[in-house]
Amino acid sequence: MSLIELTNVHAGYGGVPILNGVDLSIDPSDIGVIVGPNGAGKSTMLKAIFGLLEISEGTVTFAGADITDAEPDALVPKGLSYVPQEFNVFTSMTVEENLEMGAYIRRDDFSSTMASIYDMFPPLAERRRQKAGELSGGQRQMVAMGRALMSKPILLLLDEPSAGLSPRYMQEVFDQIMRVNRAGVGILMVEQNARQALGFATRGFVLANGMNRFTGTGQELLEDPEVAQAFLGG
Amino acid sequence: MNDFIFFINKVLVVGTVQGSIYALGAVGVTLIFGILRFAHFAHGDMMTMGAFIAYALATIAAALGIQTFWPTGFIVLPLAIPITFAAALVIDRAFYRPLRERGAKPVTLLIASIGVTLMLQGLIRLFGGVQPLSFFENETKELFRVTLPLEGANRPITFSEPQLLLIAATVISVVALHLFLTRSRLGKGMRAMADNPDLARVSGINTDQVIRATWIIAGSLACIAGTMLALDVSLKADLAFNILLAIFAAAIVGGLGHAYGAIAGGFLVGFSETLAVFNWAILLRPFKDAIPWEVPADLSIVPTEYKLTVAFVILVLVLLFRPTGIFRGAST
Amino acid sequence: MMGAREWLMLAGLAVLIVLVGMWFKVPTTIQILITALAYALIALGLNVQWGYGGLFNFGVMGFVMLGGYATVLVGYDVNPDFWGSEGPVMLARALLAAAIGAALILATMQVHRIGIKGRLRTFLLIVAWAIAYFGYRSQVDPAAVYIEREAGFVGGLGLPVLIGWVVGGVLAGAVGFLIGKICLGLRTDYLAIATIGISEIVRALMKNMDWLTRGTLTVSPIPWPVPQQQDVVAMGVTNDTLALSVSRSMYLVVTLVVIAVLYVLLQRAYYGPWGRMMRAIRDNHVAAASMGKNVKRRQLEIFVIGSVLMGIGGAILTGYVQLYDPSSFQPINYTFIVWVMVIVGGAGNNLGALFGGVLIILIWNISDPLSQLLFLELNDGLAAAGLPTIDNVEVRALQMRVFVLGLVIVLALRYAPKGLIPERIRSREEPEQSTRA
Repeated sequence: MSLIELTNVHAGYGGVPILNGVDLSIDPSDIGVIVGPNGAGKSTMLKAIFGLLEISEGTVTFAGADITDAEPDALVPKGLSYVPQEFNVFTSMTVEENLEMGAYIRRDDFSSTMASIYDMFPPLAERRRQKAGELSGGQRQMVAMGRALMSKPILLLLDEPSAGLSPRYMQEVFDQIMRVNRAGVGILMVEQNARQALGFATRGFVLANGMNRFTGTGQELLEDPEVAQAFLGG
Repeated sequence: MNDFIFFINKVLVVGTVQGSIYALGAVGVTLIFGILRFAHFAHGDMMTMGAFIAYALATIAAALGIQTFWPTGFIVLPLAIPITFAAALVIDRAFYRPLRERGAKPVTLLIASIGVTLMLQGLIRLFGGVQPLSFFENETKELFRVTLPLEGANRPITFSEPQLLLIAATVISVVALHLFLTRSRLGKGMRAMADNPDLARVSGINTDQVIRATWIIAGSLACIAGTMLALDVSLKADLAFNILLAIFAAAIVGGLGHAYGAIAGGFLVGFSETLAVFNWAILLRPFKDAIPWEVPADLSIVPTEYKLTVAFVILVLVLLFRPTGIFRGAST
Repeated sequence: MMGAREWLMLAGLAVLIVLVGMWFKVPTTIQILITALAYALIALGLNVQWGYGGLFNFGVMGFVMLGGYATVLVGYDVNPDFWGSEGPVMLARALLAAAIGAALILATMQVHRIGIKGRLRTFLLIVAWAIAYFGYRSQVDPAAVYIEREAGFVGGLGLPVLIGWVVGGVLAGAVGFLIGKICLGLRTDYLAIATIGISEIVRALMKNMDWLTRGTLTVSPIPWPVPQQQDVVAMGVTNDTLALSVSRSMYLVVTLVVIAVLYVLLQRAYYGPWGRMMRAIRDNHVAAASMGKNVKRRQLEIFVIGSVLMGIGGAILTGYVQLYDPSSFQPINYTFIVWVMVIVGGAGNNLGALFGGVLIILIWNISDPLSQLLFLELNDGLAAAGLPTIDNVEVRALQMRVFVLGLVIVLALRYAPKGLIPERIRSREEPEQSTRA
């Protein structure tokens, strides 16, 4: 059964349509990557899934349940987590407090989860009492992801996780994403660095003008000359 | 030495009392601003409302013959506080929430809170009358006199029991708030929401719960501040409206949304007022002989009539030059 | 420009006026109308600032007070005790000190041109302010004490009162210019709070500068621009009430003429190129600025124009009651109530503002008798049921006015956020007005 499935989704901002009927489906172990030119609706798709935007037409199903009209705070307990592209940490709170916020909905003891996050991101362990606002870009990204993982999601939505990072950090972030996926979390991410992201994607979706253009495994899309020429740039 | 004691009485004691009230009020205003993102103009009247509720309860208690060595107005606080914050929750539900859900701008909410202020004022005057009321109709206000064992100190440092209780209540409230914000899940959730409301939502933080907690805290602090103020002076319908702007000044000085800043801001404004109207010539009196020229009789920075104006001036200056507050280190 | 909605609202207003007239006696009704018109003018001023310019002025009271003061300064009798004493000389010295102080501050503000910047400049500025402040105080304090002792207060200029109305507008406009220069850069809710603070400062100054305004001792009677009741009687009208009505009607007519003229001028401006530019700026600062429009200049213009209108309104009000009492000014009666008028009447629409002004004053005046009736009925019911009745009905009913006003604000925001006579949006303009409540 697919982990998440979008069927003919239309969505937009204040009457301006952005998504004009997109379909998408990934399995629980997938790393799904959404690429495409600016304005194609990639970030909008994530926001629509997570309930931050109203879906005017179409459905979204997650783990068998219809979440088309669900609010964000109802989705986190269901196992869905979202890392926005910008302002994705609580800058005035410490690293540890950020992680605690990620576990807000959890009523059980989450110290083991927190320990595993620190294992996954050693730099955070050293800085756990530092304010997130004082960290570097790469470290903040780790905090952002750590925060999202604290609720033990089965699907993680990532909006341009490598944005603003140097190539070295970008590779680190991608490595972390793969590690997270190996640990059993489905990934659906939007990426601007299409080439690198598709390199490890198990499902790839090329979006343009709010509609699907190409779908396939990451490898397939990379090898497709049409895709390469039109969307992957140089 | 007596002059110095005069200084202590007029500046330190009064400043601490004033500052405590401003601090308690400012924390409420700043929390509401940080979480609900609007300037809660009705805060002053919320304080007055709390004081009137306490007064009503105290009157009932006195009629029932209850009396302890603490002022009755103070004892009924544990009952007055929940009633006040319940009222705050109702007001939010009825007046602010519908506007919030419609996506109203901060200024709209400010104007709505002005409407609420007027309604509260009307109701308070309606039920409470326009004459000043006193908590000490049937009991005496205890005064404490501390005589310093120093030469020339014939006058004692004086303060009243309500003032002492106020300072104690402020300290306890501040500590309790601190523990709440740094140790409890809901408190941290509040800080998260003030920091980044969208991310808080995304993390699954229940925003309604946080908003309720905000009103409960703000309402409780307002009740304490209003009641203690009324115990210190007297209870009038415009009790707290007069100091509303001073409270706003305190909150803005400390940086809107920052609870600790608001506390510091409260004391800053309180002491600025007392220091500005104090006649510094009095402190120079002991040194009269050492100073070659004639010291004028009145060396206050501002005449006494303009005491409240000091707060307004601070307010305007801070808004113009440092609207994010004067304390550094508060990250955005 | 007057559609069905406007006519309906105006008809409703007429009905309300008739109701008020039936309850109150004729002279009182005229008085209420005069007050209503003066407030309508003030609301018009606020509408220019907020409706056109998107500026949140919560210090309306300050401008109204300045306008009121102008009638004293201009229209009140000359005080020979003052002019015959050292008073003018001492005041002149104080003025000189203020001027020198201002020059010093302005000069210090320019030190960055000779390379002094940052902390040192700030320090020098603070020193300059301190010198200017204490210098002025050193001259004005003895002057104030002297004047209060010898002459009571400065007195007026003994000129025709209508000139006072003009001066009121000018004074308010000048202060508006100063405040606008300093404050208009603030974001909306901060500007609101800053203007409240400034108007409170103005009130404190007016109340305590006894040598200028007599403070709590108040100034009265300020003469009228038209014959008063006793003058009408002297002209041969023997019935006192009729005389009162006649003289008040004359005041009403003068007020009406003034407002009509100002309204027409504003409407012409609104529908002309200036008005279009204003609305463009209001609705989208950034776009307008990128088109080269000097946003700050225009905002300042709007602020000053609005202030002038408020000043004239204040002059009319104070001139009517013939009494200047700074302590009687409360923000609720002069700032918040005007905001209610503009919001309820319709922001951005001049007719809406005038409508709101008249409507709210009528509601304000009728809430008192209505709630009295309500309480009396309630008391009858309570008495019949053997329960204790409510005492002090008159005083309590008076407080209901405040409650009703607050209720009107809240209901208006909830159900008619654009006002009862909203701005008429022509089809080619943007549908979304960004400053709507």
